[in-house]
Amino acid sequence: MTLTGLLFQMLQIVVALALAPLLIGWVNQCRAWLSNRSAPPLTLPYRTIRKLFTKDAVVADNASPIFRITPYIVFGAMCCAAAIVPSLATALPFARAADAIALVGLFALARVFIALAAMDIGTSFGSLGARREMFIGFLAEPALLMVLFTASLISGSTSLATIVDAFAHRELGIYPSLAFAGVAFTMVSLAENARIPIDNPATHLELTMIHEAMVLEYSARHLALLEWASWLKLFNYSCIGLALFVPFGIASGDDWTALATAALALVAKLAVGGALLALIETLSAKLRIFRAPEFLGTAFMLAVLAMLVNLLLGS
Amino acid sequence: MPTSPLALIGIAATAWLAIGAAGLIRPRSLRAVRTLFPLGAVVAVAIAVIACVALALPPESTVLSLGLPDLPFHLRVDPLSAFFLVLLGSASAAISLFSAGYFRSGSGTAPGLICFQYHAFVAAMALVLIADDAYVFMVAWETMALASYFLVTTDHRIPQIRRAGFLYLLIAHVGAIAILLCFGVLQGGHGDYTFAAMRAIALPGWWGSAAFFLALMGFGAKAGLLPLHIWLPEAHPAAPSPVSALMSGVMLKTAIYGLLRVTFDLLGAQLWWWGAIALALGLLSALFGVIFAAAQTDMKRLLAYSSIENIGILVAALGLAILFKTNAKPLLAAIALAALLYHALNHAMFKSLLFLATGSVLHATKERSLGKLGGLIHRMPWVAWLALAGTLASAGLPPLNGFVSEWLLLQAFLFTPTLPQSFINMLVPLAAAALVLAVALAGYVMVKFYGVIFLGRPREPSLAYAHDAGRFERAGLVALAAACVLLGIFPATVLGAIDHVTAQLVGSAASGGDTSWLLLAPLGAERSSYSPLIVLGAIVGAVLITIQLVHRMWHGRVRRAPAWDCGFPLQTPRMQDTAEGFGQPIRQVFEPFFRIERHLPSPFDAKPRYSMNASDHWWQWLYLPIARAAEAVARLFGLIQRGRISVYLTYSFVTLLALLLFVL
Repeated sequence: MTLTGLLFQMLQIVVALALAPLLIGWVNQCRAWLSNRSAPPLTLPYRTIRKLFTKDAVVADNASPIFRITPYIVFGAMCCAAAIVPSLATALPFARAADAIALVGLFALARVFIALAAMDIGTSFGSLGARREMFIGFLAEPALLMVLFTASLISGSTSLATIVDAFAHRELGIYPSLAFAGVAFTMVSLAENARIPIDNPATHLELTMIHEAMVLEYSARHLALLEWASWLKLFNYSCIGLALFVPFGIASGDDWTALATAALALVAKLAVGGALLALIETLSAKLRIFRAPEFLGTAFMLAVLAMLVNLLLGS
Repeated sequence: MPTSPLALIGIAATAWLAIGAAGLIRPRSLRAVRTLFPLGAVVAVAIAVIACVALALPPESTVLSLGLPDLPFHLRVDPLSAFFLVLLGSASAAISLFSAGYFRSGSGTAPGLICFQYHAFVAAMALVLIADDAYVFMVAWETMALASYFLVTTDHRIPQIRRAGFLYLLIAHVGAIAILLCFGVLQGGHGDYTFAAMRAIALPGWWGSAAFFLALMGFGAKAGLLPLHIWLPEAHPAAPSPVSALMSGVMLKTAIYGLLRVTFDLLGAQLWWWGAIALALGLLSALFGVIFAAAQTDMKRLLAYSSIENIGILVAALGLAILFKTNAKPLLAAIALAALLYHALNHAMFKSLLFLATGSVLHATKERSLGKLGGLIHRMPWVAWLALAGTLASAGLPPLNGFVSEWLLLQAFLFTPTLPQSFINMLVPLAAAALVLAVALAGYVMVKFYGVIFLGRPREPSLAYAHDAGRFERAGLVALAAACVLLGIFPATVLGAIDHVTAQLVGSAASGGDTSWLLLAPLGAERSSYSPLIVLGAIVGAVLITIQLVHRMWHGRVRRAPAWDCGFPLQTPRMQDTAEGFGQPIRQVFEPFFRIERHLPSPFDAKPRYSMNASDHWWQWLYLPIARAAEAVARLFGLIQRGRISVYLTYSFVTLLALLLFVL
C-alpha cells in the first residue's frame, strides 16, 4: 500500500460523492429534453441536498433508533461501494478488502436496512415499499451476481480491479458472453436503481411507488443522505457497467496523468451513459409490479446464458 | 488427573449426565434448575475449549469395556469430531445459560425432568460425535432421538404437540433404520462394526453407492433434507424455544457430521455422481425451504423452514466437495468443505440466537403468530438489538458470519468449470444461480421476520405490557450475537482451525493463498479476497464521519411528530403489512411450489370470510399415500384378528401342521 494508492482511494471516493448528484441532474435534464419539457438546471440535486441539510429533521413519534441510524448506514455502505468499484483507478488499497461478491453484499446490506427502516414507523406505505423493494431485490441480486460471475470466469478473478485490468488489456474482439451479460446488467441496473420500467423516480402516486414509498417518512438531513446514497448507488452501478463493458481509460498504475485522463474519460462515458439511460426511460412505460418477475427473470436467464456461452465457446 | 482430550471430553459428558440426574432429585424446584443449567453451560464451555485443543492434535482412540460383553465401546476424537464438539460446546453453552432463565413450572413436564432430558440430550450428542463403532453410534443416536422427543413434547397436554412429537419420532426412526442398514453395508460382511475396520474395507462401487444413499437418507431424515423434511416445521414450533434452538442449531449438525463421517472418512468419497446428486438435492431443499419460509405466519415455523434452507446449502456444499475430491482437486474440495463446516458453525450460532429470541418474545407476549406482534423493539430493546445481529447474519450480509461461508461457497462454485465432466460443467451455472437465489430470498425472509416482530406499531394492545428478557436470557443471547460478529470478522482464524479437518478429510488446507489474519484469500489475493474487519471498519468509520460532518456543518436538531398519514387520518396498527401480506408476492411467483387452498366469500355472504391455506405438496405426494397404504395393509391383517381365543388356537394348530409337513 503506497501513499499514492491511498490518495487515489480518497480521491475516487470524493469524485464519486461529487459526481453522483451531477449524474442524476444530467439524466433528469436529458429526460426533460426528450419529453419536450424545459429542463431543470444541472445543479438542482446539489441545491436539494443543501436545502435539506439546513432543515429540522422531523421524526415520527414511534420511530426506533433503527430509523435514525439507517440513512447513515446506507450512505456509509454506498461510500464503501464507491471505494471498491474501480471508477478511476485499479490500484486501490481498499479493493483488496472486498471483491465483487462482497460488493453485492454491501448493496444488499443497504437494501435490508432501508427496508427495515421503512417498516419501522408502521405505516402501510412504508411496509408496502419495503416488501416491494425486497421483492425486486431478491430477483435482481442473483442476476447481478451471475453477470459478475461471467466476468470473473473470463478474467479468472472476482476482484473488480483485476477484472478491469484483464479486460482493458485484452485484444479487441467479440465476446458473445459479454453481450448477453451487458443486456442483463442494464436490466438489473434499471430495477435496482428504481428507474422506469420497474419504478418511477418522479411518481407522486403512492400505489406505484417503491423507493419513494420507503423514504416517505424521512425528512431533512436523513432524507438528504438517503437521496444522496441512492444517487451514489446509480453512480456505482454505472461505474460497474463501465468497468465491465467499456473498461478503457481507467488508470491501472499510480500515475497522475493517467488518473487525469481516467477522470476525463469517466465524465465522458457517464455523459453518454446518462443520456442512454434517459432515452431508455423515455421510451419505456412502467411495468405492473407483478410483471417485474418476468423482466428480471429475463435478465437472470440472459446472465445464466452468458455464463453458459462463456463455458461453451470459452470467450 | 487424565490429560488426554478424549478422557476429558468423556468426563465432561458424564458431568452433563450427572447434572441432569441432579435435576431429578427435586423435579418441581425452579431454584435447583436455575443453578443446574449454568453448571451445564460451564461444562459446555469446557468441552468447547478441550475440543479446540484437540483439533490440532492427532486422532486419539480408546476402548471402554462398557455395554454388552462382546461389544465394548470404541471412542475416538479426531479433528472432524473435535470441530463438531466445538460447535456443540459453544452453542449449547449459550443455550444452557438462556434455559436457566427460560423454563418455568407450568402444565407440562416438570422443570427438573426437563433438566434431565436436556442434559441427556447434549451428552448423547457428545457421545455421537466421539463414537468409533456402529454400536456406540447407534446407541447414542437413539438416546439423542428419544431425549429430544421428550423435550419436544414438553407441553404434552396439547394434542397438536403430541402429534408433532409422534411425527418427529417416526421420521427419526425411518432415518435410524437407514443408518443401521448403512452400517450393515459398510462392514462388508466381516462382522466387525468398528469404524477402523470399515475404513480399511474397500467396498465395490455398487455397495459403496448403496451405503452412500442409505446414509444420505438416514442422516437426511435427521437433518430435514427433502423429502424427509416434514417433521421440522411441526416439531420446532411445538418444542420450547431453547429446545428448538438446540435441535436446529446443534442436532441437525450431528446429522451433517454423520454424513461427513460416512462419506469422506469411512467410504472415502469414491464416485463423482454422488456429489452431483447431493448437490441437486441440497439446492432443491434450499430453495424449497426458503420459499416456504417466506410464506409462513408462525415465527418458529418460519425459522424451521429457514433451517431446511440452510441444511440444503450444507448438503450442496457437501456435493461440491465430493465432486472436487473425486476429480482429484484437493484444494477446491478443501474450500467447499471449509465452506460447509463454516456454515454449519454459523448456522448453529445465528439460528440458535433467533430461536432463543423467539423464546423471549413468546414469554413476553404469549404469542407465536406474526400477525399479532409488532413494535417490540420499544418494549424489548435487548432482545430486538441482539436478534438484529442474528437476522443480518442469517440474511448473509457482510460483515457478519453468514456472508463468509456464502462467499467461500461461491468461490468454490466459480471454480467448478475446471472439472472433466462437461455435463456437470454446464449445470453448475444453474446450480450457482439457484444458490444465489436461495440466499437472496433468505434476505427477504429475514426482513419479514424482523420487521413484523420487532418493528412497526404493536398489532395488539396487549403488547404494550411486554417485558424484556431476564438476566440469564440476555446472557445467552449476548454470547450468541457476539459469536455471530466474531465469526464474521475473523474468518481467517476460524479457517485456520477448520484446516485440520479439511486436511484429515481431503488432504488439503483451505486457508492457503494469501490468507492472513486480516485478509481472506484462499486462492491468492489476485483471484479473490475479502476482509470483513476492514469492511466493518470502513462502514463504521463512514457512519461516524458522516454523523460528525453533518452535525458540525449544519445541525443535529430533531423534532418528533406523528407519522404522516397521507391525508387519511384513520390509520390503525392493523393496517400495517401482515406476515401474509409480506409473503404474498413470493406465493404468487412460486405458486407451483405450494398446494394452495383458497376459500373466497360469495357476494351474498352475510359474514364474508376469506381463507387461504398454502401447504406442502409432499404430504399429498408421498406421506398420505404411504399412510393410506400402511392402513390398508393393517386392515388386511385385521381380517385374521378375530379376537376369539379358539380362532388363535386354530392358527397355532395349522402352523404346527404346516411345519410338521415341512419337516417330514
